[in-house]
This record gives sequence, structure tokens and C-alpha cells, in this order.
Amino acid sequence: MADDLKLLRTWSSPYALRVVHALKIKGLEYETVLEDITRKSASLLEYNPLHKKVPVLLHNGRPVCESLVILEYIDDVYKQPPLLPQDPHEKAMARFWAQFGDDKVMPSTWRVFTSEGKDQEEAIGPLTENLKFLEEQLKGKSFFGGEAIGYVDLAFGWMGNLISILEEIIDLKLVDAEKFPLLSAWINKFSDDPVIKAFWPPRDKMVEKFKAMREHFLKQVP
Amino acid sequence: MSEVKLFGAWFSPYVKRVEMALNLKGVEYEYIEEDLKNKSPLFLQYNPITKLVPVLVHNGKPIFESTVILEYIDETWEGPSIFPKDPYDRAMSRFWAKFVEDKCSDPLWKACWAAGEEREKAKKEAEEALKILENEIKGKKFFGGDNIGLVDYVANYIAFWIPLLQDVVGFHILTQDKFPNIWKWCYELCNDSFVKKNLPEKEKVSSGLKRAVETGSLY
Repeated sequence: MADDLKLLRTWSSPYALRVVHALKIKGLEYETVLEDITRKSASLLEYNPLHKKVPVLLHNGRPVCESLVILEYIDDVYKQPPLLPQDPHEKAMARFWAQFGDDKVMPSTWRVFTSEGKDQEEAIGPLTENLKFLEEQLKGKSFFGGEAIGYVDLAFGWMGNLISILEEIIDLKLVDAEKFPLLSAWINKFSDDPVIKAFWPPRDKMVEKFKAMREHFLKQVP
Repeated sequence: MSEVKLFGAWFSPYVKRVEMALNLKGVEYEYIEEDLKNKSPLFLQYNPITKLVPVLVHNGKPIFESTVILEYIDETWEGPSIFPKDPYDRAMSRFWAKFVEDKCSDPLWKACWAAGEEREKAKKEAEEALKILENEIKGKKFFGGDNIGLVDYVANYIAFWIPLLQDVVGFHILTQDKFPNIWKWCYELCNDSFVKKNLPEKEKVSSGLKRAVETGSLY
């Protein structure tokens, strides 16, 4: 019986894009179900009752939620090409870096993006520290995964299109090519890769969406 | 012959779960207690990134983050399993482990230390998450089924540390009345003959927490 794969996602979710990219790398066919996050479908609520969020991967009707959990699942079931390194220590470090991205890099980027003035100035320090670690990780490599895009690249994939969008909106360099030459190069290489490029959401829509988000957050500051 | 070192802190649930995993697999290791107020240069050399315990060093290579370490231990050494073998069951374990860590342990901890509105907000979050967990453990001895699994390891925090902290601060969210299934699971886990050997002394942890409440500092 052929595998039945469905992906519940929204047009812009960077978490869902991780799964889209992973499925493409694995050469897997699947059906996309586009969700409107303001009007969640009965399916989404049924398959992810806990978090009510995308992405949700349905494999022969069974839901898997949380993007990094989905990536590991896909890699477990469909072995080639591997997303995670084969060496046990490298595999563990890949898992660590993906978590580091979600726990530290994303929030620190978000803090710079959703603040202004002195608050923003103060937020830049922590972001810079986090980016230095990423820069270090890219020494001698084309991608975080080595010569090919892997799990960590997909985990950091949101930087591929979002960084330049956020920089445009706040008119501030987040990843300076002089300070972070390897990371800058990775952002360009990753986002231009044909497997990745094909799925970027429309840039103008993204700029509009994130501009509105920034305004919303700035209004909330007392 | 492999060389295994574990940098830890005696009171940390994150460290204890790693120790439990190493002991489950019968791995011989050197334990190094880190003074978290005064971290050793060796420790910082191995983990300059998060500077947190636990750090497992295997043949000179460091690994950080307790759940990452648990998976590494499960993949590297023979013995009883921590993660399920089936990919879908493995995905479910990972999902629930993340849920426990992010949605239960975190707000429970915050609620005990916070005050006023912040405490009420954390309490509400914790209770909503615990209701879900209560349903998940229904009819099971452990989250892993008949044997402890990944989710039980990660929820060690809730089983052992949270009840002690609740008693010390006098603020109780997780109670037998409200969450009888979880309460039963806490008892099963903490009294399991294997798990019991891998928990710190209750009185020592309580004293440590009392001191932390008085001084306002955890270490």
C-alpha cells in the first residue's frame, strides 16, 4: 500500500517550511492542506488538540506534531538521504543545535525585531553572542550538515528568508556580512538552493505580515 | 575502552535523569560535581555555549542538553531501552517529553517561585497542562507503559522535585485530589526500586530549596 502523507500547514509558517523542505529532500509525495490560523479547521483541532498549531504531518492517518519531532520521524521512516548525521556524537550535537536555535536564536532575534530604541540596543548583545556560536559551527563547512543540507540547516531555515525581511523592516543589519561572513554566506547558499527556493512564501506578503506584527508588539509596550 | 565523564549538580533533575540512564545501561562513568556558583575551567571548556549541567563527555567529546544526552546514551549503549523502537511511538515520546518540559514543569516551577498575578497566570497554565497529562497517564503504570520510558525520565521533575518545592513554599497545584492519576504515577516512579536509587535525598533537597527561598538564590 502506498504511503499516504498529508501536511497541514499555513502559507507562511517557518516551522511548517522545515517539513516542506524535508519532504522535498526525501523526494516524498504528499498532499498539502492549507490552514487559516484565524479559522482553524476541524481537522487541525482533531489532529493537534493539544497545541492547535501547524505543522501536522499525517502518515497513513496518524498525526505527528511539532516540526522537529516531525523531521526526526521522517528521517526515521525514510532513510535516504539522511537528514541527521550518522556519527552518534555529530547526531547528538545536531539535535542540540536545533534546540539551541529554537530556544535561544529565534527568541533573541524576535526580541530585537519587536523592540525599539534602548530596548532594541540592549537586545542586540544576546543575539550577537548567539550568532557567534553559529558562525563557529560553519567553519570549514558549506552547510551546518556538511556538504549537503541537513537537519540543522532545516532547523535554521527560517533565517534563510526571514532575516533579510526583518532587516528590511527595522532597517538594521541582524547578520552583518563583515562580522558573520560564514553565516551570511550560508543564508545566501541555503535560500538559493533550488530545493529550498521553490517553497519560499511571497516576499511582499511576508513583509506586510511581519510589519504588522512589529507594530502590534510595539503598541503593547507600556 | 570508552571513557565517560558526567559533569553535574547533585540537586538537578536534569542531571539525575542522565545518571539514571547511564545506570540503566550499566555504564561506568566518572561523576564530577560542579559548583554552579563557581564553574570550573574544565567544565567551561567542554560547554562554553550554555554553561549548564549536565554535560556528558564520551571519549573526550562533550554532549549537552539532558534529552539529547538521553538519546545519545540510548543509541550508544546496549541494555534496556529508554526510547521506543517503533518510529511513530518514538515520535509520540518526543512530543510528550517536550510537552512535559515546556508546558508542565516550567509553569509549575514558575508558579512556586512567583507571586501575585504572575503566580496566578503560571498556576492556570500548569493546571491546564496537568489536566492533559492526567488523561495521558490514565490506565498506565508509567508514561512508558509497564516500564519507565523517555517521558518518565523527563517528568522526574514533576514526580520528585515539584512536591518537595510545593511543600517548602506552601503553594500546591499538583495535589492528589485534583490529579489522582498523576499523583499515583509520582508514587510509582519515586518508589520504583531502580528509580529510587537514582534520586537525591528528600531532606537534602528540601533543605536546599528552603535555603533558596530564604536567600532568593537557587545555588
